[in-house]
Amino acid sequence: MFGKLSLESIPYHEPIIMGTVAAIVLGAVLLIGGITYFKKWQYLWSEWITSVDHKKLGIMYFLVALVMLVRGFADAIMMRSQQALAAGGAEGFLPPHHYDQIFTAHGVIMIFFVAMPMVIGLMNLVVPLQIGARDVAFPFLNNLSFWLFAAGVVLVNLSLFIGEFAKTGWLAYAPLSGINYSPDVGVDYWIWALQISGIGTTLTGINFFVTILKMRTRGMTMFRMPIFTWTSLCANVLIIASFPILTATIAMLTLDRYFGMHFFTNDFGGNMMMYVNLIWAWGHPEVYILILPAFGVFSEVVATFSRKRLFGYTTMVWATVCITVLSFIVWLHHFFTMGAGANVNAFFGIATMIIAIPTGVKIFNWLFTMYRGSIQFTSPVLWTLGFIVTFTLGGMTGVMLAVPGANFVLHNTLFVIAHFHNVIIGGVVFGMMAGLTYWFPKAFGFTLDEKWGKRSFWCWIIGFYMAFMPLYVLSFFGASRRMQSYANADWQPMMIVAWVGAVIIMAGIACTVIQLYISVRDRKKHVDVTGDPWDARTFEWATSSPAPFYNFAHLPTVNSIDGFWEDKQKNGAEALLSHGPYEDIHMPKNTVAGPVMGILSIALGFALVWHIWWLAAVSGAGIFIAFLMRVFNDDIDYYVPAAEVERIEREHRERWVRRDELEHTNRVEVRA
Amino acid sequence: MRRKSFTRAIGTLLLIALPLLLAGCGSALMDSKGQVGHEQTRLILIAFGLMLLVVIPVIGMTLWFAVRYRRSSKHATYYPDWSHSNAIEVVVWLIPCVIIAILATLTWKTSHSLDPHKPLESDVAPMEIQVVSLDWKWLFIYPEQGIATVNEVAFPKDVPVRFRVTSGSVMNSFFIPRLGSQIYAMAGMDNDLHLIANEEGIYPGRSTNYSGAGFAGMTFKAHATSEDGFDDWVAQVRESQKTLTFPEQYNALARPTQDVPVEYFSEISPNLYEDIIRSFRTGREADNAPDRQAHAPMNAEAAE
Amino acid sequence: MTTQTMSNQNDHTAGHADGHHEDHHDAGGTKVFGFWVYLMSDLVIFGTLFATYAVLSGGTAGGPSGQDIFELPFVLVETFLLLFSSFTFGMGVLSMNADNVGRVKAWLGVTFLLGAAFVGMELYEFHHLIAEGFGPDRSAFLTAFFTLVGTHGLHVTFGLIWILVMLIQVSTKGLNDMTRSRIMCLSLFWHFLDIVWICVFSFVYLMGVL
Repeated sequence: MFGKLSLESIPYHEPIIMGTVAAIVLGAVLLIGGITYFKKWQYLWSEWITSVDHKKLGIMYFLVALVMLVRGFADAIMMRSQQALAAGGAEGFLPPHHYDQIFTAHGVIMIFFVAMPMVIGLMNLVVPLQIGARDVAFPFLNNLSFWLFAAGVVLVNLSLFIGEFAKTGWLAYAPLSGINYSPDVGVDYWIWALQISGIGTTLTGINFFVTILKMRTRGMTMFRMPIFTWTSLCANVLIIASFPILTATIAMLTLDRYFGMHFFTNDFGGNMMMYVNLIWAWGHPEVYILILPAFGVFSEVVATFSRKRLFGYTTMVWATVCITVLSFIVWLHHFFTMGAGANVNAFFGIATMIIAIPTGVKIFNWLFTMYRGSIQFTSPVLWTLGFIVTFTLGGMTGVMLAVPGANFVLHNTLFVIAHFHNVIIGGVVFGMMAGLTYWFPKAFGFTLDEKWGKRSFWCWIIGFYMAFMPLYVLSFFGASRRMQSYANADWQPMMIVAWVGAVIIMAGIACTVIQLYISVRDRKKHVDVTGDPWDARTFEWATSSPAPFYNFAHLPTVNSIDGFWEDKQKNGAEALLSHGPYEDIHMPKNTVAGPVMGILSIALGFALVWHIWWLAAVSGAGIFIAFLMRVFNDDIDYYVPAAEVERIEREHRERWVRRDELEHTNRVEVRA
Repeated sequence: MRRKSFTRAIGTLLLIALPLLLAGCGSALMDSKGQVGHEQTRLILIAFGLMLLVVIPVIGMTLWFAVRYRRSSKHATYYPDWSHSNAIEVVVWLIPCVIIAILATLTWKTSHSLDPHKPLESDVAPMEIQVVSLDWKWLFIYPEQGIATVNEVAFPKDVPVRFRVTSGSVMNSFFIPRLGSQIYAMAGMDNDLHLIANEEGIYPGRSTNYSGAGFAGMTFKAHATSEDGFDDWVAQVRESQKTLTFPEQYNALARPTQDVPVEYFSEISPNLYEDIIRSFRTGREADNAPDRQAHAPMNAEAAE
Repeated sequence: MTTQTMSNQNDHTAGHADGHHEDHHDAGGTKVFGFWVYLMSDLVIFGTLFATYAVLSGGTAGGPSGQDIFELPFVLVETFLLLFSSFTFGMGVLSMNADNVGRVKAWLGVTFLLGAAFVGMELYEFHHLIAEGFGPDRSAFLTAFFTLVGTHGLHVTFGLIWILVMLIQVSTKGLNDMTRSRIMCLSLFWHFLDIVWICVFSFVYLMGVL
């Protein structure tokens, strides 16, 4: 009846886990109770859960990502604490059984359920607005993608208190992840959480690729697209080309585990190195899926706050395209030590360092955008400056790793850990924080508190250097990654410094939470009535903040890269407002099928993890039926009457006219 | 004023970097005890230096431009429409290209000279040691001497050693940081790695590729001895009562154990190493890869 | 053929909200383009499986090799069934362009039968192999073989269900913008599976036997 599931699957005896579970359950009860008490279920259902509005989906992605950031960071601080304690024969407080799950969960959560949803959330919020579209090409699919992603999130979190998570490392290398060496359900949770959310990501990739190519407004040629849209386009090309590899690879691992097949087994002709090749053929493009949109954010931020055209737009685009193409021919640098021949290693090493060229050019372009600009030190600019410095260092250590001869002694040591945190924190996290601050008013109609934003930045950057520079040093002493304990007590001081760094980063996350709270509390003070709080350059700022659900009363016409900026120079404030006559607007209707399929996917994944076959059959059939019902439903769109559009636009205009009363300290204070 | 803050920033950076650099000097990778490691130290430093040529100016320019062109600056030029310069474009493409071209040449050369499969040039005849990673310990087999050890390996200094590396379980990576390169140990595959020690000493070694619960304790000691010291060591191993036959005693040894003490085997099956590799190519249910949790049924639903 | 069909039809929204945006509200065209992109991602999955098969085809582990188990004449019949079904689907699309609902249904029906026969034959082949003890758990070669061919078969099965859905929708709703663009997508899907099968046939079966 319940497959492998029994009451013993719940880890009662682990106080850390049970404490966490208690906190989560308490939080969930409070949340559900609160929603019920304030009678918000109807609102949540009709305005958010079933919504196909790309802006709302973007907000939901970001919200989930922030929650998961806390979860992933809890894993991080536990790892740092363990390593700060478990020196010279001490066992620390986490046994291998637990520690190994933690570093696996940390990697999986941070990449799949924090960085990816932040990037995709930002793309959702911004791209349709930047290209002057009313929505994405396939709004229903967009909603479905989100709920498939959410199903993956739920599965990962379920593994915390029912059963266990994988103890294999975040990429679950075979044959360790095979049934012989990992007979427990941990790897199965890994498989189904990634498989389900990965399919959602592929659908997102297709959706945004088509959106950017087909839904651009009049005059928006490819070479007039904002850089963030360009980098999103390239990231989506990478998603389309690489996520199917992940899907196929995980499917093969599934067949090995569930049907005793022999793709990656030690015996019967299986080939474990094929797994490593395949997973990195996806994995390397994946890091560019994360970093390219972050590059896009910095490009927008640096041009806007320097009040200057982006230097070398065309170069920037081609550099992005170069990186996109090159990212497919470098995957072997993740395992030079496999023992491939010198020629193969040299080829992949050189291909890898060639990526440093377009990346370096991008950095120079940002620098020369600041050059002769008028730079306003807002928190997005601080994140950008922090990024340039930190990412440059991370790029340098990346090139060092790309030299096979050097890689032979640096591989699998803490050097690798320090390097990829150097580029992921310094690149993706800083980028997403800059993007969050920059586009927050477009989503909510008020800007974020600057003081706490800057505090968050300083905590993150100081914390980062304290946490990861010691790891670079330790790697030179032969410290490998993923050690639950280590005999050499000399390493302990550095490990303690790293722990302090992690605590400072924790303060940075706390600052962001406080920032969000304060900004919501003081939202009247930070209100943005113009729709263009930063005096920006791209078309998402040409509509009100928050953007109306139809995005633009009239889709804008684009004449140049900085069309909106030029429009403002020519027409002044009138560029910020729409003018009648208005027309009916064609919009998609909300969908019930998306969330239903998402919830059924949770059931399906859970059933497959625990071998509860009847539940798998029922939920699988349910997903299929829900999809068919969607297919047979013709009532999927409607028209917003022109009068309604006019009413909304008039309100915006009236608010704008009275902006002086409404707006107290909207513009961020200038600091030299 | 501007100049001051700029120098101050650089000074702070150096101040942070200095202890780290100093700390690195005596480290395993910077103070190598073997020829392979020496070359790698040099390679790392050259690559590092080459990249600093561009990294330091970039960081400097970032801070300088940010301060120079801040909005409150009274005398900085401001050209809002300036967004293109052929000269700058050429320079910013050229500099990374040149540096990467130099690095690429270096990479090509060192990928070949430091290829782990390449025998080291030496007047002394190389010796062969076979390495098998097990759950969670290292088995070292001396085919010429007919002995084997667990978690301890010895070889005379200045003699090139050819390590043949495989796994009796999941993937591991064989690494002695003081001597240089590491290489993956994979079941059913015969990998090799050439190393040499030029100084006597005891060097820690470990698996760097995570392999499960006992991974943290999967360490060993590598003894680089004198010529006589090595003979003594072999004699000491030969005194052991224990033997290692394939498959019975090997299978017993291969069972998962953690934090394993050093063990010596005075006698071993001939072709032990080859037998271990071959055992993964039988097409029969492998009896040499025991389940890590033998009590956990593979098909739990069948048990109901 | 695709583009021609799609540009002929004007989505009912075009000219409504923003008359001067031609391609903006061409929902059918966007859908077909999106489906193309999906097919490309599906192609990556098949590419991965082909590569896997290439790596593992030597890993027979003492079991049978392709030469021992492939029966070319049988597979040739399968191949012709699928090729012919692509032709009949093409006829169905031509009938759709001629606005002949009855013929569309007839050709889709024929395509369905051919596809079902193909899947039936494949199932028979699989059953036969497993009964002989050459199941997918016998060796890495068989693992890769069953997975590659089975994934294609699963796609065809999904195509069959889709044909049924379209038969129902064409019967109840006739040929409108929505059903037309869906039939176009299905057509792409079906031809795509045909091409993949030709690769399977030559790469797996022919090269396995030769």
